[in-house]
Amino acid sequence: MLKAIETHTGAVLPLNRSHVDTDQIIPKQFLKSIKRTGFGQFLFYHWRFDDDGNKRSDFVLNDPKFSDATILLTGENFGCGSSREHAPWALMDYGFKVVIAPSYADIFYNNALKNGMIPVILDESIIQDWMEKAADGKLTLTVDLKGQHVSDHNGKQVDFDIPAYHKEKLINGWDDIALTLHHEDKITQYEKQKRHA
Amino acid sequence: MGKPTTIIEKVWDKHVIHQQTGRPDLLYIDLHLIHEVTSPQAFEGLRLANRTVRRPDLTFATVDHIIPTKNRDVIKDDIARLQMEALEENCKEFNIPLADIYHPDQGIVHIIGPELGLTQPGMTIVCGDSHTSTHGAFGALAFGIGTSEVEHVFATQSLWQERPKTLNVKVEGELGVGITAKDLILAIIAKFGTQVGTGYVIEYTGEAIRNLSMEERMTVCNMSIEAGARAGLISPDETTVEYLRGKRHVPIGEEFDALAEEWLSLATDEGAEYDHTVTIDASEVEPQVTWGTNPAMGAPVSGSTPSLDEAEYPEDLQRALDYMGLEPEQPITNILIDHVFIGSCTNARMSDLRRAATLIEGQKVHENVRAIVVPGSFNVKMIAEKEGLDQVFKDAGFEWRDAGCSMCLAMNDDIVPPGGRCASTSNRNFEGRQGNGARTHLVSPEMAAAAAIEGKFVDVRDYVASVV
Repeated sequence: MLKAIETHTGAVLPLNRSHVDTDQIIPKQFLKSIKRTGFGQFLFYHWRFDDDGNKRSDFVLNDPKFSDATILLTGENFGCGSSREHAPWALMDYGFKVVIAPSYADIFYNNALKNGMIPVILDESIIQDWMEKAADGKLTLTVDLKGQHVSDHNGKQVDFDIPAYHKEKLINGWDDIALTLHHEDKITQYEKQKRHA
Repeated sequence: MGKPTTIIEKVWDKHVIHQQTGRPDLLYIDLHLIHEVTSPQAFEGLRLANRTVRRPDLTFATVDHIIPTKNRDVIKDDIARLQMEALEENCKEFNIPLADIYHPDQGIVHIIGPELGLTQPGMTIVCGDSHTSTHGAFGALAFGIGTSEVEHVFATQSLWQERPKTLNVKVEGELGVGITAKDLILAIIAKFGTQVGTGYVIEYTGEAIRNLSMEERMTVCNMSIEAGARAGLISPDETTVEYLRGKRHVPIGEEFDALAEEWLSLATDEGAEYDHTVTIDASEVEPQVTWGTNPAMGAPVSGSTPSLDEAEYPEDLQRALDYMGLEPEQPITNILIDHVFIGSCTNARMSDLRRAATLIEGQKVHENVRAIVVPGSFNVKMIAEKEGLDQVFKDAGFEWRDAGCSMCLAMNDDIVPPGGRCASTSNRNFEGRQGNGARTHLVSPEMAAAAAIEGKFVDVRDYVASVV
């Protein structure tokens, strides 16, 4: 059962890069775990740490200004590449609840939703504006999933789109499999017809 | 006759179990392929909810991502061994057929599906791996899924999917001599970008596609995800039917004939409309080499890295060039390489190895280069050895390995060291993909073979002319 989610307010971390692929979000050497938890420590590993395991001071995740961030603001085609669900697991385990980007790779978008993380899509110009405002570590945004809008503390508010059924599931914390099993008779019927086809 | 439709719509409509306005369709899944990396958490989820695998008979497992490609008797990586053992135990518990590390059917999941005839036209096929699009070569609707979806398919043999938009990638004209399917797909991605397919299923059409063998079609469909599309397919034709004839999981005799007729009827109807169409002229495609850190950052071998002045996003370009250790406007043929990897679900089938071996025969790998060949499956390895290809590669100085994903994503010991530069027949050139700090150039098997000998990129067409 996922945790039901209606709104989220949190500090913003600006990651001003586009085409961030899932190999960067969680490098392959950390995919050998057979659990869903504990991936946060490896998030953006090679951007965060140098070859000796020391923190890279020039990477935004290592900047103490953003240590409380729960909203990741980033560039287009976020989450491209491998289908690894370890990517949203790592983001959420680290503490992110929301990603805001101009676009996402299809598989990542789905994987995020399955884990109760909100992938918000906004225009690039709006994101760039907030990206600049977030630089000092003091930008807080509120994502209202029910009302489908994002607002900052200066009263700026923008709407976003999300398919209604995804929204419904997030707000209610519904389990996909349980929902599908309501249609189990139809699945069985389909299988019977197929056998006789 | 109804309205002409695409194969994408035909396959989709055949698999809809439940439909409701404003919601995704519930689609039946005909074949679920699984491997060791993206399945353990899904099995765990089943156990926690006291659920089971609905159709183990439509599920097939193998190990490919983490396994060593040499000295397999000892798996030194404890965590990798644990993951492999977890798959063995899970398959046993839920009664799923498994081609384990010692099984003659073992191989990269997207190579063994077609090889065994598990992959067939008109099927819906999923796997927790984004290169599942490979199976689209047969006219199957095949796409990668996340682990939550793997669990969902285990429990229900179905998936909620939004009806995709259709994208026609039309390849007009014919490919030139020495130009491969890999060059074609890399050229398509370089031309239209990594997001052209986002939200779409691609159908590849046109004369050049029709002329491709099944193995070449698999190379093209394999990289649909690099163009942003979860699935990419090709309408079945006689080439498809002949490839499948006699494969182990394909019926024989009259049943085959009836099936073949059904497969051919799935092909897109004349006059069917797509949501979007893009066109590329095959005769303009040259051998391709990627120079950057995403698959669209590529150029013809006669070209150069881009100039910063013309870049839409100069910062991204500079960042990619810095990572790759290249200058703007650097000719591709000036790039020296020190690693060569021939393998992966993109290019590790028999025809790939044969074509590379033809170039390598009687030659020596350049002294600065470490070169490895990793066959896509145990079966490919056996046939290649029967044909003596292993000897050709070994005589030239290549390492000859067992089947697996290997250096494509470097989850095992096959790693390119920091700063190393690899000519690779795989599908992704992301930062660190082949090892932390490693630099990847995506190429065809022929271009990789020539680079192994020369220690740098050369136009394989000139190279063929000079050695013949």
